[in-house]
Amino acid sequence: MKLSALHQSYLSRRSNSFRSSGPLDSSSDTGYKSPAAVFWLILHGLCCLISLVLGFRFSRLVFFFLFSTSSSNLYTPPFRSAVELAKTLDVQSVLSSSPFANNLRLPLPNKTATNSRVVVGRHGIRIRPWPHPDPVEVIKAHQILERVQKEQRLQFGVKDPRAIIAVTPTYVRTFQALHLTGVMHSLMVVPYDLIWIVVEAGGVSNETASLIAKSGLKTIHLGFNQRMPNSWDERHKLESKMRLHALRIVREKKLDGIVMFADDSNMHSMELFDEIQNVKWFGAVSVGILATSANIDKSSDQEEEENPIMPIQGPACNASSMLAGWHTFNTLPFAGKSAVNIDDRLTVLPRKLEWSGFVLNSRLLWKSGEDKPEWIKDIDKLDGDVESPLGLITEPLMVEPLGSCGRQVLLWWLRVEARADSKFPPRWIIDPPLDVTIPSKRTPWPDAPPELPTKEKPETGIQESIVKHTTKTRTSRSKHRSKRKHETRTDTGFDKSF
Amino acid sequence: MEIWRWVFIGILFLSDFVVKIEPFKLGRSQPTERISGSAGDVLEDDPVGRLKVFVYELPSKYNKKILQKDQRCLNHMFAAEIYMHRFLLSSPVRTLNPEEADWFYTPVYTTCDLTPNGLPLPFKSPRMMRSAIQLISSNWPYWNRTEGADHFFLVPHDFGACFHYQEEKAIERGILPLLQRATLVQTFGQRNHVCLKEGSIIIPPYAPPQKMQTHLIPEKTPRSIFVYFRGLFYDVGNDPEGGYYARGARAAVWENFKDNPLFDISTEHPTTYYEDMQRAVFCLCPLGWAPWSPRLVEAVIFGCIPVIIADDIVLPFADAIPWEEIGVFVDEKDVPNLDTILTSIPPEVILRKQRLLANPSMKQAMLFPQPAQPGDAFHQVLNGLARKLPHDKSVYFKPGERVLNWTAGPVGDLKPW
Repeated sequence: MKLSALHQSYLSRRSNSFRSSGPLDSSSDTGYKSPAAVFWLILHGLCCLISLVLGFRFSRLVFFFLFSTSSSNLYTPPFRSAVELAKTLDVQSVLSSSPFANNLRLPLPNKTATNSRVVVGRHGIRIRPWPHPDPVEVIKAHQILERVQKEQRLQFGVKDPRAIIAVTPTYVRTFQALHLTGVMHSLMVVPYDLIWIVVEAGGVSNETASLIAKSGLKTIHLGFNQRMPNSWDERHKLESKMRLHALRIVREKKLDGIVMFADDSNMHSMELFDEIQNVKWFGAVSVGILATSANIDKSSDQEEEENPIMPIQGPACNASSMLAGWHTFNTLPFAGKSAVNIDDRLTVLPRKLEWSGFVLNSRLLWKSGEDKPEWIKDIDKLDGDVESPLGLITEPLMVEPLGSCGRQVLLWWLRVEARADSKFPPRWIIDPPLDVTIPSKRTPWPDAPPELPTKEKPETGIQESIVKHTTKTRTSRSKHRSKRKHETRTDTGFDKSF
Repeated sequence: MEIWRWVFIGILFLSDFVVKIEPFKLGRSQPTERISGSAGDVLEDDPVGRLKVFVYELPSKYNKKILQKDQRCLNHMFAAEIYMHRFLLSSPVRTLNPEEADWFYTPVYTTCDLTPNGLPLPFKSPRMMRSAIQLISSNWPYWNRTEGADHFFLVPHDFGACFHYQEEKAIERGILPLLQRATLVQTFGQRNHVCLKEGSIIIPPYAPPQKMQTHLIPEKTPRSIFVYFRGLFYDVGNDPEGGYYARGARAAVWENFKDNPLFDISTEHPTTYYEDMQRAVFCLCPLGWAPWSPRLVEAVIFGCIPVIIADDIVLPFADAIPWEEIGVFVDEKDVPNLDTILTSIPPEVILRKQRLLANPSMKQAMLFPQPAQPGDAFHQVLNGLARKLPHDKSVYFKPGERVLNWTAGPVGDLKPW
């Protein structure tokens, strides 16, 4: 009942038929209707033609701009009706309804209070002047996300998380920056307290120190006074010794937490750090072995034509989810074809059981055993080499399998190294900057001169082939001499930087 | 000594009350907060015993036969009318004696005439409803007793009992005149709108509970998406220029935030839609052709804070659920500043909203599970109906008194169905 008047106004404004506008016409002034009506008709026709050409409703746009209303204004319905009806058949009702609606407004002052501020019809699409992200707001949003995630971790994550003690043996070599940065970034994202023990073969060096200083983590940088040998066997043995050295430091400083072995060329997933929080004393996780199998594929083509399955080292459980044994790496297919020295371009094999697949509670290492189990050996009293952490305990079956009994692979093992004699700029900063770029042996540079300058003494292996090239050519010797002078100058510059 | 015993018992009673006020933990799940709307803590009220509903036995052409013609009606967002009928048939509030009934329910499926695409056509619905009312008024005396004031109908279509999908036409038609005095249970709710009657109960649109259950992910998955939305911004088929659809609000969201990395918005429909919602902090629920959408239900189930962009919208069970405290309301004119608005909400407020959303009674109240469970949307509807009791004496007419005009409305509606 109360809305019937409004209904009427809506009907009058929105009707298409001539029938309903009849009574309205009679109420308005008939005198000035004809020329104005003709004008509207012509305008309407013009708008139709333009719309045909342009492909969208031109007339509505014109009226929209002419009247430039905002959609939430209560008093714009009469104008809005002009916009709506511009394209409709009944043009007369535009004229007649506007004065009619104007008259309608005045006697209903209290009705407008109950009027909705929402108007049906075409609205403008509001775009702010600079519709692009604001960096301050992006930062605020990230802070909100961090807070929400922290709350989620508090509620659904591990209750009472313990600190993580990561042990990484490393040494200075070309790929050290690559591997160590990877591990460092993984450790920086770990949401728990972390202590990073970096043991370096060959003593503490600035290279390693500058790398790990960028992490912002609590680090303990230890030096181990032995150079890293060139054969993989020896290297693994030395790494085991370095890890034991780190464990002794854990015992000395009475660090509390979960010790895990983060070898610098391994890849860790974040779920690993969540999973190892469940360890009580000594746990084992499954490690995926990414042994480069470039040579193995040819021989085993007949057997595995689908995707070769990644070998996994880790705990094996029986039907009742109790530890029954170990999955280890099968070295037989690689017999004789595995890398012996670090720069061999053959498959590098892991040990039977890698250190990185084990985690232990640091309290196992402490001297004073409150409720320490008896099956842990005292590391001070260890003699001989410990090849895997199982050598630290007397009862291997007390190890807890983690990651749903070894079914989840939480980290991956890989060993990739450059040649033993490969050089790299210290801290990977080229200082002073290079004046001249020398083409390397392999890249065929399209605009480089075909003859390469000769060398007095071959500095590195790369230069050997240059000597070979120059002995062949004889034609442009003068060019050579001038070039040689130029080159020797830069060579000496080169020598200094390396 | 007697006095001291009573004092002790009194203290125990009081402490019981005090403990209830604090937020309580529910087993292993996160701490949640109690929800109290303007009607009080009524989400967990049990309607059994507070009201009696009589279900009219209509010939099957009004309900079963329509459903048989098209089974898709059971899965679309208007399926609440069918499930409500099924729930009431086997509910303890049902009474077979109409004399003792407080409310009368007419099971007529008006939203089940589907196009090949699956969208319901409302053109025959007014006639269907009219025919049903004619039937009940001639076969039972209860309609004429009050002219429908103690009857309720489910009209879950776009604009409720206005029976049209286009807003202008729906406003033109208005609410079906015969339903003027009845209580309407509908999904459409907008203040000061013709199609929202005083005293209507707003319900959420139907969302399939099983389907949502199967897409749950572990709760510890970190929420890394800031704002999430999947849906149309421009309805190219019906409104290619934009400005009509959603009153230009969805287009404004796209134009302002399409290159903003915090806003994960697009028109693509991924298979991981439900999973992505569980990884988002805010889920946009803008209006479309009608202000309501199943997105609100999905956001509540998946714990994503709903950002409601629809001016003057009335949300489901608004007297029982304090939507202001749970969701974020943004005016359509403020859409260009959406990022500022959302990033300026203090983190404590956000965490509180998430706690409120995690309350299982909140999630239950949005669902229509089969079979019905306590606290679900069926029970909330009954609670709402119970809150309207007892009926005012003035609704009962003396014999001969008439208010409804049976010939009102467009001429097409008067044709028999």
